[in-house]
Amino acid sequence: MARSTILVTATRILLPLMLLFAFYIFVRGHNDPGGGFIGGLIVATAFSLYGIAHGMGAARKLLRLHSRTLIGIGLLCVITSGFLAPLVVGDLPFLTALWGTAVWPAIGKLSTPLLFDTGVFLGVVGVTSMIIFTLAEEG
Amino acid sequence: MTIPTKMLILLPILLSFLAAIINILAWNHRRWQRIVTLVATTLNLLVALRIFMVVYGQGPQAVQASNWPAPFGITIVADLFSAIMVVITALMGLTVAIYALADITPQREALGYHPLYHTLLMGIYGSFLTGDIFNLYVWFEVMLISSFVLIGLGGDRGQLEGSFKYVTINLISSAIFLAAAGLTYGVTGTLNMADLRGALAQVPGGFATTLGMMFLLAFGIKAGLFPLYGWLPAAYHTPPAAISAIFAGMLTKVGVYALIRVFTLLFVQEVAYTHSLILMAAAGLTMVIGVFGAATRSEFRRILSFHIISQIGYMIMGLAIFSPLALAGAIFYIIHHIIVKTNLFLVSGVVNWMQGSYDLKKLGGLYKTNPGLGVLFLIPALSLAGIPPLSGFWAKFVLVRAGLEAGDYAIVAAALFVSVLTLYSMMKIWQFVFWQKAPEGVVERGHGEGENGRFFRLLPIIILATCTIIIGLYAGFFFDVAQQAANQLLDPTQYLNVVLQR
Repeated sequence: MARSTILVTATRILLPLMLLFAFYIFVRGHNDPGGGFIGGLIVATAFSLYGIAHGMGAARKLLRLHSRTLIGIGLLCVITSGFLAPLVVGDLPFLTALWGTAVWPAIGKLSTPLLFDTGVFLGVVGVTSMIIFTLAEEG
Repeated sequence: MTIPTKMLILLPILLSFLAAIINILAWNHRRWQRIVTLVATTLNLLVALRIFMVVYGQGPQAVQASNWPAPFGITIVADLFSAIMVVITALMGLTVAIYALADITPQREALGYHPLYHTLLMGIYGSFLTGDIFNLYVWFEVMLISSFVLIGLGGDRGQLEGSFKYVTINLISSAIFLAAAGLTYGVTGTLNMADLRGALAQVPGGFATTLGMMFLLAFGIKAGLFPLYGWLPAAYHTPPAAISAIFAGMLTKVGVYALIRVFTLLFVQEVAYTHSLILMAAAGLTMVIGVFGAATRSEFRRILSFHIISQIGYMIMGLAIFSPLALAGAIFYIIHHIIVKTNLFLVSGVVNWMQGSYDLKKLGGLYKTNPGLGVLFLIPALSLAGIPPLSGFWAKFVLVRAGLEAGDYAIVAAALFVSVLTLYSMMKIWQFVFWQKAPEGVVERGHGEGENGRFFRLLPIIILATCTIIIGLYAGFFFDVAQQAANQLLDPTQYLNVVLQR
């Protein structure tokens, strides 16, 4: 398939914008529509756009980590966020939310729900990119 | 080291989850995956035994994960019935994992056997421990999606055909389950099972029973109840023995567990109709049709698959009679059945490994070359048929006695008749596979290719056969536990109190 110059040029601008937008959606998800799931989908869309412009092999390289590893790390974040309350604070049930006090720019207070959502985010990026790469390469 | 109860009853789920995660991260490191699988399943057995001891000693335990009070939080609850099921699952998880070391080919391991095995176990533990109908649906899905992949893993022609039927029927069942859960929420405004018990009592009788029948349909498909069992014998004989053994042992029993749970805790408004009529008829027909199916087949694992169906009938019979003794019998039967059935599937795998077939007509003469294996087959086979003093005898004895006490003579007659036919088809397998001379051209394999394979295949069978004998010899203790579990099911005051923190 011939590379389209228009698509390649547009992707150069769109890819960082989409990643930034995904981060925005991810962070605002705590109180407004958004969150790790949607953010992850947008990231996967960004990578598939890059894949369409430059070929899926290049998109895989850009992602650095194997999709499967992303899923693993995502799930690890999820289970860690659950274990923090009973292990660090003690005498709380699994998954109890813990909140920090300091307010950070852009993300607000650090918390275990944020870590949980990061896990969801990574998991969705992993699963969706794996599906897209596999389908695109077979077709 | 003591683990707080809040953590303890979640640990079977979490350990399986953690093992699955590590196995995903260690995807291409077969050696590590095997070590993780063995360590996780061993730890889970210890955890499960601890849970059992705590629940046996102190009554039902509950934890609200994420610390929101019931009925809003994620309720995890272990009463004695759940605890028994968790212990059995852990035992099967470990023994089948050992067997899989020899049975699952490196190709299947490379396709992700290990992480899927743990997510399957996670789904099963979750189903047994959850206290919420919707979470039960989610755990069912976790279990089913893993099983969908496992049953087709490796992609043999037969496997794909079997998995197609399996997936289709189970998706229909899930859709019915989801619809039933949605309607229940619409009518009562809650899905927490302890909370639902009170809420359903307020609902006009007919509607609650209708919901109950929808759940019966959904769980009946999963449990392989008559007339919804068609997918089971079409699928269970296709994957490798290690996979079909864990399926045969556990998956239908999750359906039976769910049936027993909802028809003791939730839908007890019209027992005369739901239990004494519908469930009783389903139980009797399941028993008889299943055993007829088995009697006419001549493929090792197909015979065993039909026997699963027939045995499900016994468990539902206990639920249908709905007396403390009958429920205790059903629980005892589940304990006995899971161990025996898993073991028989493992034995069929060994026979296939030695003579290269599951077809009875292409097998023979194994008693002469492997008398030990013959004995190891006879223990679960005779137990399945109900020969004293093995575990199956006591299980059937309790059920038959409960049936006689309740005056349900028809189902008792069916149960006894089915026992005889079960014995017949076990003897058929014995006759063809072990006793008579091998047909022309059968080549004995499996001696030269490494003693390790032999060890890993036979060790789990020996462990499970020992369990069968122990249950038979110490039936008093096991029956006592089953009876206490049945009493907790019929009088769930403790369960309700511990979940709703009253």
